[in-house]
Amino acid sequence: MNLDLSFYNWELFHNFILKGLIFSVQLTFFATLGGIFFGTVLALLRLSKSPLLSVPASWYVNLMRSIPLVMVILWFFLLMPSIIGRSIGAELSAYITFIAFEAAFFCEIIRAGINSVSQGQNNAAFALGMTYRQNMSLIILPQAFRNMIPVLMTQTIILFQDTSLVYAIGAYDLLKGFEVSGKNYGRPIESYLLAAIVYFLICFTLSTVVKKIQARVAIIR
Amino acid sequence: MPLIELQHINKWYGQFQVLTDCSMNVTAGEVVVVCGPSGSGKSTLIKTINGLEAIQSGKIQVDGISLQNPQTNLPLLRSKVGMVFQNFELFPHLSVIENLTIAQIQVLKRSPSDAIKQGLHYLERVGLMSQKDKFPGQLSGGQQQRVAIARALCMDPKVMLFDEPTSALDPEMVGEVLDVMIQLAHDGMTMVCVTHEMGFAQKVGSRVIFMDQGNIVEDCTTQEFFGHSYQKSARAVEFLSKIIPL
Repeated sequence: MNLDLSFYNWELFHNFILKGLIFSVQLTFFATLGGIFFGTVLALLRLSKSPLLSVPASWYVNLMRSIPLVMVILWFFLLMPSIIGRSIGAELSAYITFIAFEAAFFCEIIRAGINSVSQGQNNAAFALGMTYRQNMSLIILPQAFRNMIPVLMTQTIILFQDTSLVYAIGAYDLLKGFEVSGKNYGRPIESYLLAAIVYFLICFTLSTVVKKIQARVAIIR
Repeated sequence: MPLIELQHINKWYGQFQVLTDCSMNVTAGEVVVVCGPSGSGKSTLIKTINGLEAIQSGKIQVDGISLQNPQTNLPLLRSKVGMVFQNFELFPHLSVIENLTIAQIQVLKRSPSDAIKQGLHYLERVGLMSQKDKFPGQLSGGQQQRVAIARALCMDPKVMLFDEPTSALDPEMVGEVLDVMIQLAHDGMTMVCVTHEMGFAQKVGSRVIFMDQGNIVEDCTTQEFFGHSYQKSARAVEFLSKIIPL
């Protein structure tokens, strides 16, 4: 196999890869933030004593966890124009779908995290006269999140890898950048090889960061 | 009027009845010790007093306020009833001084400086001033429990509930916690203690409540319970005979 290493140059990066990298990173970032925010809301709904709140939340989470992400991406992108009358761009569609999808996964992580904090902590907070909201925001969630950080960040790494699924709706992500450049220069092998290396480096670095943060933030026991 | 009134309390977990027709009163200044074998419902009973455990029937009044009344501000009522748990339950993500001030600021709406002043005062009282910036995970069990007692006292409660406060401690640390509790009793605090420490009961207890299988079997003065003249039930006699003499 002869690799043309002259393929790898700054022009390649600037013209084709950078745009895709930015999109993938942005999508990961906002999907993580939105996913954690809505995931927390969903988790609290699921944990609620009132069936009016917990049952719809459960349905939503179970639904999202039962169908492949790529299908959700496709359906949303194709069906939205019928519902609202005009088409949404592929990028916006990707953001909405990812947040909606990841919220379900983050919900389950966060719910497990909340349950992992011992019941005694709830008792102590209530015994001191705290309300449900004070207990949750000051006592339970801070502890739950510290416990969950490794799992949450692993989910983010998976999310980053999943951004490549937007190929289904033609959005320009990192992988698309490598695909296009490979086609353009007639060097698909070199391009995909670099893609593999870049994805690996990014994910490996994030994993290492997870380990460091975990050591920092762990509650002294 | 009694500070705490429990009238005909019944509680079930599903089909299993944990409390059967329990009634008791606590007047201000009393130190009531609740004892009995495991599973007798002592912890459950004490947790009904501040509403941590719900009841299916009966009436509970604390400081004249009924827990059954849906209008009752339960968090406010709870802030007046201090509670100390078997597993200390300090908030591990907060420092000692933060543990002491968080409820004062959030529940009692005190200013942070007032809360800190109060916190340091009670920290001093339990002998742990030097630990104020440490985290609970850095303290021994006995120290954590003393901080927990200080945390409850910071709320200026009218009554203190203790749920087996020394049961999870190494024997050598039991003394330091009991000393704090004995001092509290001498200072006139109304206390209800679920405990196996019969020495504590004999030293400062005014009354003893003996429970067995969800029933209050005995409710008498400390002298009557540990003495020989008062006619006790067979179950109570059996319990006392098994306790290692002090």
